[in-house]
Amino acid sequence: MSEYLGIRGTVWFRALTGQASPMRGDPGSVLTADVSLGEDNTRFLCVVRDPHARFPCARDGQVGLEEAYALATRVREVIEQETGAVKRPIIAIVDVKSQAYGRREETAAIFLAAAAAADAYGSARLAGHPVITLVVGHALSGGFLTHGYQANRILAFDDDGVMIHAMHKEAAARITRRSVENLEKLGRTIAPLSYDIRDYAKLGLLHKLLHVDSPENPSQQEIQNVRDELIAAIDDARHSPVDLRNRLQSKEARETRKASILTRTILEAQWAEEQVH
Amino acid sequence: MSDERYDANFIHRQSFIELDARERAKALFDPGTSRELAGPFDRMESPWLPMQGVTPQADDGCVVMKGKISGQAAVVVALEGAFQGGSMGEVSGAKLTTALDLACADNEKGIPTSAVMLLETGGVRLQEANLGLAAIAEIMASILTLRKYAPVISITAGTVGCFGGMSLAAGLSSYIILTREARLGLNGPEVIEQESGVDEFDSSDRALIWAIHGGEQRYATGLADALVDDDTQQVADAVRRFIAKGVPPVHRSSQVALYRNRIAALDTSRQWEPKELRATWGTSSFAEEKQ
Repeated sequence: MSEYLGIRGTVWFRALTGQASPMRGDPGSVLTADVSLGEDNTRFLCVVRDPHARFPCARDGQVGLEEAYALATRVREVIEQETGAVKRPIIAIVDVKSQAYGRREETAAIFLAAAAAADAYGSARLAGHPVITLVVGHALSGGFLTHGYQANRILAFDDDGVMIHAMHKEAAARITRRSVENLEKLGRTIAPLSYDIRDYAKLGLLHKLLHVDSPENPSQQEIQNVRDELIAAIDDARHSPVDLRNRLQSKEARETRKASILTRTILEAQWAEEQVH
Repeated sequence: MSDERYDANFIHRQSFIELDARERAKALFDPGTSRELAGPFDRMESPWLPMQGVTPQADDGCVVMKGKISGQAAVVVALEGAFQGGSMGEVSGAKLTTALDLACADNEKGIPTSAVMLLETGGVRLQEANLGLAAIAEIMASILTLRKYAPVISITAGTVGCFGGMSLAAGLSSYIILTREARLGLNGPEVIEQESGVDEFDSSDRALIWAIHGGEQRYATGLADALVDDDTQQVADAVRRFIAKGVPPVHRSSQVALYRNRIAALDTSRQWEPKELRATWGTSSFAEEKQ
């Protein structure tokens, strides 16, 4: 059940904020709301399907030019409007099919638009805003780099409708010259190749997996549980470094990302050595 | 040997594109000041490729060198386009992000250290899929941290180009240097054709590809800071110029209102002739390099 349905973003945005509309001037595909969560006035953001989007290749839940710049604008507002000592949290609800694959997008430099959104999220994190990502559906490729992957903490649901990956199955199989069946088989033993969120969790990049019985139709109790988990993640982020080192320090990362850790250790040691002439 | 068709500049030019990643990196430093870190003898290979019957490489296609440029500390990280298309795996990604973090730590200690990324890459290495994507997210985070202190310069010379997630890394950098043989974009033509159809993008149309992704177009639309010839001296000179310039007052990827307005002004009911954009996007808003 890995097909993109494009409904979970709206379901969870509404569940957590009680709203589901874009802010003035934004495309219909970018939902933004400021609601209180625990002690905080928290900004929620989500990219959803918009069949009427101006750009034809961004009508099915893809993150395109307008989505990326709207996200960048709404995240930067939080940084710029900062007045008090307490930094407002930002929550990215993620269910994105991918980045937009189009000629107009390439011509108008979607690489820069995507970088601008990631810049905004990353800058918010570095400025001390807790940035929390909640993956409720798909988080694919450039879409996830643009919307979600710069967060301090990433939470995801542990069901088959959730998928975090570099490329969808059919394209990945084609490019690596494998059958989809072969790719699925490899994924069972090679965790980074797997399309299963439980295998993704083995990489040590997630803060936590959350369980919801029916993510497309959550109960009030489940919504409250998710809200509590977000509050806990915000608190955790506030008491931790603003960089992404936690993604290498988790128990799972120490196992699966051994090569990353060793590479870092070797480089650090050699960096400090005096140059030999 | 004298051939009137070639002028003296051309004859004395040393191609940058013909150099491999190691030679490219070395060519940017003050002579005799560079040394490689976590080099091939450290054998930091991909643990994931052999499991899939793919031969790994002892440097994982990523060369890290530290030394001096214009007398100042710098780190150069070069991706080897000839190994797995320059793709980012776990190890090559960790090399790049660690190099940026160490440069950042030195800046915090009061040792000004710039970074140069030589990006010849198709993006995520699909044999390492999620670890490649995660590595790119971490590289982007490290660029954002370092560029507050020192310029992060990205160079794409060709012939692989810079695509996929690593185009976002280029987008975050302080300065972008391209040649006419370089291409820069998020999605390559084949991927667009596959995902959105041949009517959207005909990947066999070479002229269209260069008109959109080519270095000349990116520079002419203010999306790159320098356009240089395929000449090692010109590339090295451009790097020195941008290091001397230091951190730009506003990074391109932070100019949200400017670019958002430009996108809003586009007529999306039709495909555009790429050159149309040059008239309206022609000047980048911060001091642009004029060659």
